[in-house]
Amino acid sequence: MKRRDIFKGAALGLAVVATPVMAQDGETKVIGVAIPSATHGFMGGLNYHAQEAIARLEETYPQLDFVLATAGDAGTMVNDIEDMVATRNIDALVVLPFESEPLTSPVQAVADAGIWVTVVDRGLSVPGIEDLYVAGDNTGFGRVAGEYFAENLTEGDNIVVLRGIPTTLDNERVDAFSAAIEGSGINVLDMQHGNWNRDDAFNVMQDYLSKYNDIDAVWASDDDMAIGVLEAIAQAGREEEMWVVGGAGMKEIIARIMEGDPQLPVNVTYPPAQIATAIELTALGMVSATPVSGRFIIGSEMITPENAESFYFPDSPF
Amino acid sequence: MTDITASEPKPRRRVNLHVLGPVLALVALIILGASLNSNFLSYGNVTNVLARSAFIGIIAVGMTFVITAGGIDLSVGSMAAFVAGVMILSLNALIPSMGIGVPLIATGMVIALATGFAAGFLNGFLISKIRIEAFIVTLGSMGIYRSLVTWLADGGTLSLNFDARSFYRPVYYDGLLGIAWPIIVFAVVAILGELAMRHTPFGRHCAALGANEQVAKYSAIKVDRLRLMTYVILGLLVGVATIMYVPRLGSASASTGVLWELEAIAAVIIGGTVLKGGFGRVWGTVIGVLILSLIDNILNLASIVSPYLNGAIQGVIVILAVVLQRESKSAD
Repeated sequence: MKRRDIFKGAALGLAVVATPVMAQDGETKVIGVAIPSATHGFMGGLNYHAQEAIARLEETYPQLDFVLATAGDAGTMVNDIEDMVATRNIDALVVLPFESEPLTSPVQAVADAGIWVTVVDRGLSVPGIEDLYVAGDNTGFGRVAGEYFAENLTEGDNIVVLRGIPTTLDNERVDAFSAAIEGSGINVLDMQHGNWNRDDAFNVMQDYLSKYNDIDAVWASDDDMAIGVLEAIAQAGREEEMWVVGGAGMKEIIARIMEGDPQLPVNVTYPPAQIATAIELTALGMVSATPVSGRFIIGSEMITPENAESFYFPDSPF
Repeated sequence: MTDITASEPKPRRRVNLHVLGPVLALVALIILGASLNSNFLSYGNVTNVLARSAFIGIIAVGMTFVITAGGIDLSVGSMAAFVAGVMILSLNALIPSMGIGVPLIATGMVIALATGFAAGFLNGFLISKIRIEAFIVTLGSMGIYRSLVTWLADGGTLSLNFDARSFYRPVYYDGLLGIAWPIIVFAVVAILGELAMRHTPFGRHCAALGANEQVAKYSAIKVDRLRLMTYVILGLLVGVATIMYVPRLGSASASTGVLWELEAIAAVIIGGTVLKGGFGRVWGTVIGVLILSLIDNILNLASIVSPYLNGAIQGVIVILAVVLQRESKSAD
């Protein structure tokens, strides 16, 4: 990431005539961004969009400076946040908590120090710490997929489900999915964890295919997992029997939906670009009087061959 | 796959539990699986499980030599991801000049082996010549390779060109006489490994070095070179495993090969190799790999317990397998 010259930024900041806003005294404002590192597709996309947003905003607002830290686990993330506060004097923190519990008190401490806090995607365990909450709609993610299954399958049809890493987020999605297909007469044959990982999903799907002779559809609940699932189905030569719904809008999958692939009828969004939304709103609050506190929930939409074009980002890693 | 176990030469007069422990555990698992699901012993399922095991299995054979010689390698999972990334990038880059065909894939395979060799050599060099603890060196390189593959993939996924993939796919999915290629390669690697461990000076020297470095030195064993060799062989085998892995999903990302090193080490220990070195058993390692894969497979096929507990069951079986071997040890 290009580190801007702080003095230059400050000088430019001084040149900007202070508009009558909260604490706009023309000095450089520092925004810290703490996110998990790019360990799978979705987080890779999230990292990409975070860097994009930061580059764009540094261009737009010379008086803003950004510190980006990516962490491989909750402990490292806490250290990153402590360092930002101690050494970089951040004015605002945008954080996607690695896990809710361990990050709650460190982020609480940041908020108590008078620093603006924006929480992304996963809520903290204690309500009311953050000034701004930006998230995808996990319940909607499961519900939209479930409704599609309920509408497009008939009573007595069999489906299998691959779940993500065991987390509250995964539980929310699966519970909403189960609620949406309730009463439709669809049999859920099995639910196992594929851990949002291609290889694990491939193995689980191979075993499903050995175990069940009649599967009509698969809810893979994530596009990384969908890739593994499709491969296992192809190996068994059962492409004609079942269709697959992933989620989160990986570009390769979207490309196939655009082509009208019968195996991949639809997808459900859960945009990794939500981090850009969070950074943009935080920056807006820092540089202007625009009120940006509250909750911003990005809806989960259904991607179909008709609208897939507008969800296709060929430059993103995801 | 019991033919591999049958390749054990000169069985000892005393049949003791600590040789048979892992075999018994494997037999028990097979009986359990067959009783829970009629498809368990079907051709399709057996092929799936063995082909899946091949990656960890090929790596674990190399790990057996490293551990026998008193070393450890924590970097193999990241190394596999890195080698896969380099291989995919090279293949994609070579398509315009070489076209899609056997020469392209052969070049990719050579690149994978060369990358694995180089990565193994680097580990081995730092450990044997610069004399840094193996645990520390490979812990460091584990992070390095994992970061490098993330960087190569720009935080996303490296995907092989679609047409090249269609051409390369049979390497994982097809086989000879109905036996999938990964299974054949795994079997060949395992048999060669077993022969090397039992019937060559190299295997005996590894055990001598792991048992007592000073004594090995006085016995005119070139200790440094031997230690370097074990890491180089492991690196090469990571390359071989990657050659099998890439055609499966045609992609590599930061999540490729996560925790493979621990699975490989666990397989080696279940198989009866001593963690602190001095004694290794390649056929035992093969049994260990199969035990680990079968646990996963049976849990998927049977859904007897909450999937949250899969890890716990694996843990219990790993510890049990080792405890079974210990009992007779104390009587010796």
